[in-house]
Amino acid sequence: MTLAPETTTALRLQLLLEDGWFTVCDPSLLTPGRGVAALLPDGRQVALFTDRAGRTYAVDNRDPFTGAAVLSRGLTGTHRGRPFVASPLLKQRFDLESGRCLDDDAVGVAVYEVRAA
Amino acid sequence: MSMDTPTIVLVGHGMVGQRFLEALAERGLTATHRVVVLCEEPRPAYDRVQLTSYFSGRTPEELSLTETEFIEEHGIELHLGDPAESIDRAARKVTARSGLTVAYDTLVLATGSYPFVPPVPGKDAEGCFVYRTIEDLLAIEEYAKARATTGAVVGGGLLGLEAAGALKGLGLSTHIVEFAPRLMPVQVDEGGGAALLRTIEDMGLTVHTGTGTQEIVIGDDGAVTGMRLSDGSELPTDLVVFSAGVRPRDQLARDTGLAVGERGGITVDAQCRTTDPRVFAIGECALASDGRVYGLVAPGYEMAETVAATIAADEASFTGADLSTKLKLLGVDVASFGDAHGASAGCLDVVYADSRSGTYKKLVIGRDGELLGGILVGDAEAYGTLRALTGSVPPVAPEQLVLPAGAGAPVALGPSALPDSAVICSCHNVTKGTIRGAVTEHSCTTVPEVKKCTKAGTGCGSCVKVLGQLVNDELEASGVEVDHGLCGCFGQTREELYEIVLALRITSYQVLLDRHGREEARGGEGCEICKPAVGSIIASLAPTIGADGYVLDGEQAALQDTNDHFLANLQRNGSYSIVPRIPGGEITPEKLIVIGEVARDFGLYTKITGGQRIDMFGARVEQLPLIWARLVDAGFESGHAYGKSLRTVKSCVGQTWCRYGVQDSVRMAIDLELRYRGLRSPHKLKSAVSGCARECAEAQSKDFGVIATSNGWNLYVGGNGGATPRHADLLAQDLSDAELVRLIDRFLMFYIRTADRLERTSTWLERIPGGLDHVRDVVVHDSLGICEELESLMSAHVANYRDEWAETINHPEKLARFVSFVNAPDTPDPVVGFIPERDQIKPDLPLLTIGTRPQALGSARAGETSFLEGSAQR
Ligand code: SRM
Ligand SMILES: Cc1cc2nc3c(=O)[nH]c(=O)nc-3n(C[C@H](O)[C@H](O)[C@H](O)COP(=O)(O)OP(=O)(O)OC[C@H]3O[C@@H](n4cnc5c(N)ncnc54)[C@H](O)[C@@H]3O)c2cc1C
Ligand code: SF4
Ligand code: FES
Repeated sequence: MTLAPETTTALRLQLLLEDGWFTVCDPSLLTPGRGVAALLPDGRQVALFTDRAGRTYAVDNRDPFTGAAVLSRGLTGTHRGRPFVASPLLKQRFDLESGRCLDDDAVGVAVYEVRAA
Repeated sequence: MSMDTPTIVLVGHGMVGQRFLEALAERGLTATHRVVVLCEEPRPAYDRVQLTSYFSGRTPEELSLTETEFIEEHGIELHLGDPAESIDRAARKVTARSGLTVAYDTLVLATGSYPFVPPVPGKDAEGCFVYRTIEDLLAIEEYAKARATTGAVVGGGLLGLEAAGALKGLGLSTHIVEFAPRLMPVQVDEGGGAALLRTIEDMGLTVHTGTGTQEIVIGDDGAVTGMRLSDGSELPTDLVVFSAGVRPRDQLARDTGLAVGERGGITVDAQCRTTDPRVFAIGECALASDGRVYGLVAPGYEMAETVAATIAADEASFTGADLSTKLKLLGVDVASFGDAHGASAGCLDVVYADSRSGTYKKLVIGRDGELLGGILVGDAEAYGTLRALTGSVPPVAPEQLVLPAGAGAPVALGPSALPDSAVICSCHNVTKGTIRGAVTEHSCTTVPEVKKCTKAGTGCGSCVKVLGQLVNDELEASGVEVDHGLCGCFGQTREELYEIVLALRITSYQVLLDRHGREEARGGEGCEICKPAVGSIIASLAPTIGADGYVLDGEQAALQDTNDHFLANLQRNGSYSIVPRIPGGEITPEKLIVIGEVARDFGLYTKITGGQRIDMFGARVEQLPLIWARLVDAGFESGHAYGKSLRTVKSCVGQTWCRYGVQDSVRMAIDLELRYRGLRSPHKLKSAVSGCARECAEAQSKDFGVIATSNGWNLYVGGNGGATPRHADLLAQDLSDAELVRLIDRFLMFYIRTADRLERTSTWLERIPGGLDHVRDVVVHDSLGICEELESLMSAHVANYRDEWAETINHPEKLARFVSFVNAPDTPDPVVGFIPERDQIKPDLPLLTIGTRPQALGSARAGETSFLEGSAQR
């Protein structure tokens, strides 16, 4: 099926925040396997990813191990069937659905609900 | 917590104290007890054993053993910088310096030791230090940097040598003054001491054994200027570190009337109970029931476990421990274990000594042939296995165990020979049986998993090697074929994947994964290990297999590590560094000025690198294209400091200027750098060209190094600096320019084809069957008949080289990624901040650690977001 041009441009990636859905960008700006960072109105940063099946994920962009806002620049992958991102700094992996760090049970990052609407 | 919850008070939050808290938590006792900790130091427990690694770059944060989450999660009340001052045993109360008074049901003393300072005149002068805490190290470092060129350590024991190594590392010319006739008198015997002395002197440290310190000489300003020694001489020095042993900190116990030993240490029984049943003492402050005060961490850990078990009313006891040690500093291996001095009745020694190489090995063998202990100096390879064999009859004759490799059919006695009861990790008292269990019962398949599961190997680290062998043995024994695959996604090695990509002309990672990946990984996303590795293989072969050579096109973009993805090196605060190529280290004044101007205009920190070029640090991602537009315009190109590819070809000034030079080393270095620039390889590639045998360019420490001769060039390969330096091997001599280039072409392509992921040429050369001889056969004598193919692969690379940065800045769509925020392209990342340092900038790190924490979100998935911030991993 080919989407009509209007429908394509109307598609927006949105994050669920406290006060409702927040529009981030056009989904076409995401490359499968690669992330982008988005700035939230209150100054928080979110890392958004898409995989080859077109599923999207959003986690806090701040790497809890170093403090730098870089998770969006990590490589993604699949571990035991679940999607993860590896921090580009010290390479700890975070589950993209739960935010849990796969290499240290005590650490994790916040996750956000994300949709294309 | 209700008022009648019993309270445990811990005095002292050192290594053993922390272990005690962990043991309480593991037994669930933190849930049933209120736990109060009085900690004298300004920071929670850290790894004192690894203290010296501070000088090799480990930060105090990285040394920490205490995670905030642990303390919070278990409701532990931790009072930093507030030591206990008195104990009222009748009222069962402890009073701290701040006035805080806590009533206890159980009191645990873990106050450790204090460094003993001999009562010599002047010992308190400015410039005198001890070596025990992070604060001591910070003070030594500051003083050494500000006002010392010479340092002396009083005491040549284990800690004294560590301290001396640290002083040397700080750039001081260093003396060790030891009263005993040899170094490390407690651990090694005379023969070992002699071997050790030789090696330590070879390192440039001056050792005075059999010499006492009589007085610290002080200048007019009250600071140390020297030491008067027992032989009447004066040793000029700016700094003194006392390391003359430790004494148990038992004053609190004495003051409250608990029994202490004659030579110090709080007297305890096998449950580590003092003479008051409500009070325990553990770690270095305790005098154990075998009459010993243990100055090592492993026995302290056992005491901590014993007390936790006793509180939980489980049975446990501590009746003594092994005193094995391994010195891990100064580059000399020194180990002693068991009955090292042969104190047992009727025992005999087996000794091997070679003072030329500074090797000394002694084994103490008991009446029935059992191994009782030993000393190893200069070569402690066998430490892990021997220590674990202690107490049993070794499976081979003892002399076989000490002879060096190559002499008289030595046996490689693997850990498979050990009994299950053998302790492999003495820091955490983990036996071989437990490690095997981790593999067989807890299905651990890698060393990191076994470490996490058993704690083995997470202390001093000296057992990690044996651990690795055991894990592999166990996997193989249980029929699991040890998996040599690249990662969880591919069962093939990198070399096999290279052959597949080349033979089948596969240009896409996804195709490779879906057709050749492990069953369970097909159709998935791959992982952070195979993506860059496959990306690199495809890039190396790009012109030959018909892939696009630009590393950021299409799918390739998603495979690259962040450095390659942004064509710059990521720094700790999320900013990037920029390294333009400066071939051979030669640069015109005009180009130097451009670098200066660009760095000034963008406020970048600049530094001359160890690779003869200039690094500019602190660029934000959105500045990278602007900076590169200026650099490309001035004729610069990417230096690939970010890639697993050719870095630099260093050169010396050579024949053109130097009176000794016999060839034009600069021209050759430039030619080579331009030929191999951009070549993607399993790991980075470094090279150098020296104009004569004096070797000013350090070519023999490079992956491929070239040294001029009067007849041409000598080619060396497999050199490495870095963590495990290796001298390069001579591959061929007196080559003409063309012969040299052709041979390097072949060598590099053969390496790229057959090496493992992240395997430098040095480790590759050591690993591949046949080693250097085999490589020479293949690339010089063409024994496999592949030289023509290797050469044509290289010519394809050379012909297709394009500068990545020039290509990037000319394509607006490729520039889209260079933003901090997809929804606010003009906003820079506020987390990236800088502060001034020596007229330039440096990252603002406090800002990072405080950072902006994500608030608990109503909208984020409930229950899954309540994490605390993570501290650095242990
Ligand atoms: C900038 C520089 C230090 C300096 O200020 O002088 C440097 C900086 C880094 N080195 Fe280096 N190395 C630098 C010269 C060296 C040298 C000296 C040399 O090349 O002559 C060595 C020893 C020689 C060798 O490699 O054999 C060296 C051995 C390493 C190693 C250890 C490699 C090994 O085989 O053990 C690493 C880690 C690695 O690659 O895995 C490393 C890694 C790094 C990284 C990439 C670490 C990282 O991932 O962040 C640093 C990033 C630099 C950046 O962000 O721009 N660096 N590094 C030098 C850059 C040279 C250049 O112009 O490209
Ligand atoms: C440089 C160095 C290298 C070492 N290398 C090794 C090694 O390779 N292998 C090995 O096994 N061991 C090694 N050790 C020894 C090891 O560090 C100790 O055995 C271990 O730290 C003992 O633990 P502990 O908790 O008993 O004492 P500590 O770690 O010293 O902790 C005691 C804590 O109690 C605090 N304290 C004291 N009095 C009070 C009070 N009244 N109130 C509150 N707090 C108080 C102290 O400030 C200290 O923080 C090394 C030590 C040093 C200094
Ligand atoms: S290596 Fe030889 S030619 Fe080069 S600078 Fe040194 S002495 Fe001169
Ligand atoms: S022996 Fe120290 S970590 Fe295992």
